[in-house]
Amino acid sequence: MSTTPPAMLPATTPFHPVGPVVTAMPFVIGIGAAFALQAVLPGMVGPYYSRVIGDIGIAMILAVSLNIVNGMTGQFSIGHAGFMTIGGYAAGMITYYGSFFLWNGASVHGGFLGSGEWLFAVSCIVGGLVAALMGYVVGLPSLRLRGDYLAIVTLGFGEILRVVLQQTNKVLDDAEAIRTAGWSQWFPPPVGAAIGFAGIPKYTNLFWIYTFVTITVVVAYRLKQSSLGRAMISIREDEIAAQAMGVNIARQKVLAFVMAAFFAGVAGGLFAHEKGVIISPKDAGFQRSFDYVIMTVLGGRGSITGVMLAATILTALPELLRDFDQYRLIVFALLLIVMMLVRPQGLFGIHEIWHFGRKRR
Amino acid sequence: MPLLSITDLSVSYGSIQALRGISLHVDEGEIVTLIGGNGAGKSTTLRTISGLLSPRSGTIEFDGHMIQGQPPHGIAQSRLIHVPEGRGIFANLTVEENLQLGAYFRHDKAAIRADRERALTLFPRVHERLQQQAGTLSGGEQQMLAIARALLARPKLLMLDEPSLGLAPQIVQTIFQVIREINQEGTTILLVEQNASMALQVAHRAYVLEVGSIQMEGDAKQLAASDDVRKAYLGAH
Repeated sequence: MSTTPPAMLPATTPFHPVGPVVTAMPFVIGIGAAFALQAVLPGMVGPYYSRVIGDIGIAMILAVSLNIVNGMTGQFSIGHAGFMTIGGYAAGMITYYGSFFLWNGASVHGGFLGSGEWLFAVSCIVGGLVAALMGYVVGLPSLRLRGDYLAIVTLGFGEILRVVLQQTNKVLDDAEAIRTAGWSQWFPPPVGAAIGFAGIPKYTNLFWIYTFVTITVVVAYRLKQSSLGRAMISIREDEIAAQAMGVNIARQKVLAFVMAAFFAGVAGGLFAHEKGVIISPKDAGFQRSFDYVIMTVLGGRGSITGVMLAATILTALPELLRDFDQYRLIVFALLLIVMMLVRPQGLFGIHEIWHFGRKRR
Repeated sequence: MPLLSITDLSVSYGSIQALRGISLHVDEGEIVTLIGGNGAGKSTTLRTISGLLSPRSGTIEFDGHMIQGQPPHGIAQSRLIHVPEGRGIFANLTVEENLQLGAYFRHDKAAIRADRERALTLFPRVHERLQQQAGTLSGGEQQMLAIARALLARPKLLMLDEPSLGLAPQIVQTIFQVIREINQEGTTILLVEQNASMALQVAHRAYVLEVGSIQMEGDAKQLAASDDVRKAYLGAH
């Protein structure tokens, strides 16, 4: 690079207008792909691999959303599973008890895209909103705390939630009893205490998972490109300079928490309605939270595609290593250690996958 | 009426008093410099003005409003822009993205574009590196970027904290030349410097700060000629 004439400004990206068609395109493509996945994949690879691919999608939502807080804004939350679990419980309550009120039973109602599935989709979004509210509450301490101290608060949130969920009531499973139940039976909510919330109708399929993956990824990507996202990244880079540029760091941090919690709550809804899953208090614990932290660290902070790849690898790997049986967790840990030694900035660092074809800048 | 006037400002870090009731003012169109040794309270003054620190007592009036105790982002949005010591570059963002963050709170796109062009004309070195990651710039280029970024906020008052810190003398010359140009185009500047001789050359007026209080003030040329200042800060014998 020698002397470029300063008079001529290069065509820059920031100000070009975007039409509604361009805006809708990624959603259409993503949801179309989700539809295709649902139509083709289960018949092709069977229920086991479909389940793994579904789990990958849920992990992607959680990791990409956590990346908004940990990667973009540079805060350190290790309570993400707490948001997921609260969303899962809220969504589960809506479909389970809602089904009793609507259809006198909690079994799956209607076929693909039938009325039951729409109740489920709405419940996932409500689960997300409930989680977002918790995100606001947990985000508030992030204004005063940072680093390890904030991590402890978020960890504490997950653990407190776990204990609180253990103190809930037994699940009601009789249509008549549910209709006549008084306030005392709804509070604390009847979600199964320590054994978990069983009996939630199993609506989750690849279509819904990858539809929500699409929404999460597109929103995260748009956020990253927007001035709002840049403001979050500026907090990660240098809080004082960010403030000096007029960034309201308190609002941005809480906003990051709220957004991340919303998508975690949605993922919780998907998780709670998945076949073979009983959502239980232990899901809110730190072990699950750590899985997602590892995904964001491994993927690279702020890299959406990197985190998606890490979510894929870390979800698929334990399954692929099932042949090694008891050794698989050791292999898993070894891979992580090697990764941290060889590429501590994560798979992609701060870059996205399409940056790698270009000349390094 | 001065653009910025500070009255009897005191700031403490815990039990240590960093500023002991200082008063100063900056008129519109001026370059005012604050010189003094290490620990004199120069940076503390700037950090208090921009809201990063809260004063224990005293008032700060900017552009007709009392701003002491306001949050830093609010103060920045009233166009009092602080380029902190150590430049505060967003290292993992590109130079272009850094500049965009300078205009973070503005929505007047045409004016932003004009300011961007002006900033890039002042700093051709920054212009050459728009797509580069800011962390890969040299120290001088980072300082230039920091000032260029601040200009995108279209400041009424630009506060520069040690722009010469750690830079080669030639780069320092360039940067001070641009500071003068920015001022001639109408931006008021409050400059904190250890490099007192450079600062006194560009400034109209100066304050000498020593252990938290103002020891001398006056015309920059006269201060530069005074024996006390020459002995203490300009290395004369």
